[in-house]
Amino acid sequence: MWKWLHPYAEPQRAYQLAGKFIPWLSILATLMLLTGTIWGMVFSPTDYQQGDSYRIIFVHVPAASMSMSAYIGMAIAAFIGLVWQIKLADWMAASIAPVGAVITFIALVTGSTWGKPMWGTWWVWDARLTSELVLLFLYLGVISLYASFEDKVLAARAAGILAIVGVINIPIIKYSVDWWNSLHQGSIKMTGKTAMPPDMLVPLVINILGFGVMIAALSLVRFRAEILARNGMRPWVRELAQAEGVK
Amino acid sequence: MNRGISYTQAFFTLLQRDLKIAVRHRGDIFNPLLFFIIVVTLFPLGIGSEAKILSRVAPGIIWVAALLASMLSLERLFKADFVDGSLEQMLLSPQPLQLLVLSKVLAHWLLTGVPLIIVAPLLAVLLHMDSNAYPALIETLLLGTPVLSLLGAIGVALTVGLRKGGVLLSLLILPLYIPVLIFATGAIEFAATKQPYDGQLAIIAALLVGSLVLAPFAIGASLRVSTN
Amino acid sequence: MQAQFQSVADFFHMGGYAFYVWLSYGIAYGSLGILIGFCITRKSRVLKEIAAKVQREERLAQHRSNKQ
Repeated sequence: MWKWLHPYAEPQRAYQLAGKFIPWLSILATLMLLTGTIWGMVFSPTDYQQGDSYRIIFVHVPAASMSMSAYIGMAIAAFIGLVWQIKLADWMAASIAPVGAVITFIALVTGSTWGKPMWGTWWVWDARLTSELVLLFLYLGVISLYASFEDKVLAARAAGILAIVGVINIPIIKYSVDWWNSLHQGSIKMTGKTAMPPDMLVPLVINILGFGVMIAALSLVRFRAEILARNGMRPWVRELAQAEGVK
Repeated sequence: MNRGISYTQAFFTLLQRDLKIAVRHRGDIFNPLLFFIIVVTLFPLGIGSEAKILSRVAPGIIWVAALLASMLSLERLFKADFVDGSLEQMLLSPQPLQLLVLSKVLAHWLLTGVPLIIVAPLLAVLLHMDSNAYPALIETLLLGTPVLSLLGAIGVALTVGLRKGGVLLSLLILPLYIPVLIFATGAIEFAATKQPYDGQLAIIAALLVGSLVLAPFAIGASLRVSTN
Repeated sequence: MQAQFQSVADFFHMGGYAFYVWLSYGIAYGSLGILIGFCITRKSRVLKEIAAKVQREERLAQHRSNKQ
């Protein structure tokens, strides 16, 4: 049933396939982020409670929600790599981790610069902020565990186990605002009486999707480099290295 | 050969062995305990000895010290067995690895968790903790320290093959410890103000049950990776 | 749909929240830029490493054949 997939599990094929996707994904991500950000910054109505400071939402919410999605993506890749011993999945997980860590960092910093004018403080130790910080630590743990093994096959497995164990944190972040009384705003409602007006919601959704596409593009760029680094002994990589590397 | 050894027999043999080894090297039991006591005594010196402040921060100090003590003592959980090769014997044995791992973690908890629970009330007195909070302190430690041992063992199993695993271990384990810390100190604070704290206890108990079921699999898988 | 700001200066003023809004956008897109830079140059760094390794091996092989 899955036979048609097998040729793509070959490193060289995956490398070429990723190379075909990257330009399209990058163009799409750039267009979406430009549209969403300009729409949000210039054309969205000012919030009647928060004034113009709410415009941070157009980078904060996409980063926060995609930091979780990227973690889930990494954990799924790690799981596939562990269970079916597919090296490409291991490399994918290792490529997502640094991208996810930076996105989590962005979510934390933008949240903090939004918190200062709204709550009067850069940081509060409430459930959502703390668990997002834990998410950053988990990303950093996965990255440094992967880096500390000489043998990268073992490194990927060890980091994969850690990534899967850390998935428990994701529902805690997602529902922390609904479970605990928190200073943090509730989750955004798409429908109903308290729904966001479409002029705010549409650019926000565009930016969320744009962040997702951008993470995919960056992960694929790293994924290609990872394939090369892990296959340094293969003839096709050596040819490529001698064609491009010696300058 | 004793190929037909039953699961319970294997479990208790390993437990007995670990306890016996620990009794012969008494430092393994006393050093974490001493570390725990010293860390707790440092805090009044650092933040001032005013009873009001101390009683306010006592649950946090005791629990953070417990986390650190548990983490430091965990480092040696698999190290000696890894070095002398008995860990590989365990991996090869016909008994399920999860069972053997559980027995080792239980031994670790008996050796470091239980003494810590016994000493904790004494330290709570020194920190002027509210007397209403004592039962909560004991209960959270009883339910929480096994979770620390179980979760920590995952990190130790991942880093046992590495030469410089120490600092990395703290980066891996401490984020996983945070939920236990939050709910345990929350329960103690609720108890100090005479509010019901069953909710937090129930969550810690749920964490214990969950990690008791799932952690042995993660520890076993990590050990197989590390000893490859 | 119309622009919410009267002038460009107004836009940069952000209703008095200029510092926070531009700080967060600056850090966000700044760190993204650094990330993108690292991701793109990583491939050429890896290839250079491999090329250097190949050259080293070739030099070793030549050295050995010279000795004989």
